[in-house]
Amino acid sequence: MKVKIAIPTPLRTYTNNTKKIEVDVESVAMALKQLIVEYPKLETHLFENDIIRSYVNIYLNDDDVRYLDKQYETTVVSGDTISIIPSIAGGL
Amino acid sequence: MTETLTQTIDDISLSNREIERYSRHLIMPEVGMEGQKRLKAARVLLVGTGGLGSPIAMYLAAAGVGTIGLVDFDTVDYSNLQRQIIHSTTSVGKSKLISAKASMEAINPEIDIVLHPVLLNSSNALDIISDYDIVCDGTDNYQTRYLVNDACVLLDKVNVYGSIYRFEGQASVFDASKGPCYRCLYSEPPPPGLVPSCSEGGVLGVLPGIIGTIQANEIIKLIINQGEPLVGRLLLLDALDMEFRELKLRKNPDCLICSEHPEITGLIDYDAFCGVELDGMGLGFNEVLSAVQLKELREGNIDHVLIDVREPHEQEISKIPGALLMPQNEIEALIVNIPKDSLIVLHCKVGVRSARALSKLKKLGYINLKNLQGGINAWARFIDNSLPIY
Repeated sequence: MKVKIAIPTPLRTYTNNTKKIEVDVESVAMALKQLIVEYPKLETHLFENDIIRSYVNIYLNDDDVRYLDKQYETTVVSGDTISIIPSIAGGL
Repeated sequence: MTETLTQTIDDISLSNREIERYSRHLIMPEVGMEGQKRLKAARVLLVGTGGLGSPIAMYLAAAGVGTIGLVDFDTVDYSNLQRQIIHSTTSVGKSKLISAKASMEAINPEIDIVLHPVLLNSSNALDIISDYDIVCDGTDNYQTRYLVNDACVLLDKVNVYGSIYRFEGQASVFDASKGPCYRCLYSEPPPPGLVPSCSEGGVLGVLPGIIGTIQANEIIKLIINQGEPLVGRLLLLDALDMEFRELKLRKNPDCLICSEHPEITGLIDYDAFCGVELDGMGLGFNEVLSAVQLKELREGNIDHVLIDVREPHEQEISKIPGALLMPQNEIEALIVNIPKDSLIVLHCKVGVRSARALSKLKKLGYINLKNLQGGINAWARFIDNSLPIY
């Protein structure tokens, strides 16, 4: 299934400024693994001991993957978008 | 809908002058006399009078929010003026609170502005926030964001959230009695230095204007009890592609503070929670070098390597002669030819990224590392006045 992964600004430093990548995978977990294969520098910013870091949220379309029945094993369909939403704190 | 305001509107009246001022509100049935009286009865606290705080304070003042509290302890500087439109060039060097109050009074002298010239912390937050109906978070650090969230959950107040970075913004309304809180969204902050602040990473001047105006709009809707607030929804803006997106936010059943069995029942030490140590960088005493000490090092011809860990485009703004450019994210690969026992001085703009680079190099086995305190801006301020401060 061809899905898009949207990379937020703070993490684009690790993707050569690429905003979106397309991967051909079956699940959210596979999509994230494929992302790390293509951009290994992202790994430490997304995962800690293979678990998604607590200041990063992953969305499948507009749903937080943590609250889907199968969570990261949720299957994807072509045209889905996976978004990485990291914590930002700027305001001044 | 539950009542947001603590004061009833029974005793509120509008003068003829106020009726003329607010006429464009009054002729809309969604606001009307009742809504405008509700605005006059409302008490809103703005934490921070910077990029987000500027448009929020100005629009709430214009809308006739009766009592607006401002929390800030900073002074206005030139680098604020690109986006903090409540302050003007003549206010540089003055208190942000005094400057903001003057702008708001010029817009609307009919409202009360309460100044809190303090750094919001665990010992004063509950006292200050308990006097208000709605809190609006326009700060730029994780400690205050978690502090404001927790205080609002404990006091059952609504927290109108906005956050910005470069070209990206987020907005939401956290009302733990009806939906998720900030901790449901992110249970923990990133480690210090990982996500740059606006002063390190930059921000498009208009962006806090857009996000702050969305926050002001949400506050007014909450006060007049109209429309659908951003509760349970996270609004995302990419201002470069001009793309708005909306994501669903869920209340975390295991949230440490707003779940049915909270572990946090009072305010905590937010510096410790966010991993921020007193020196701000977690560096040892002998790992820090002042601008004056760097000058002595250079003049004493003591062998050292000066490394600039900023991005290439920042060297076009200012540069210390002889500094080698190794951007923080590439430093591990670029430094390989420098012996591990060399005296290495790292600098960035203000000292945050270079502190992070120092930690990386320490892990690689470098043993003689120093972080230039205050970065190149301190060098420009104290040693080389020909360089700009940015």
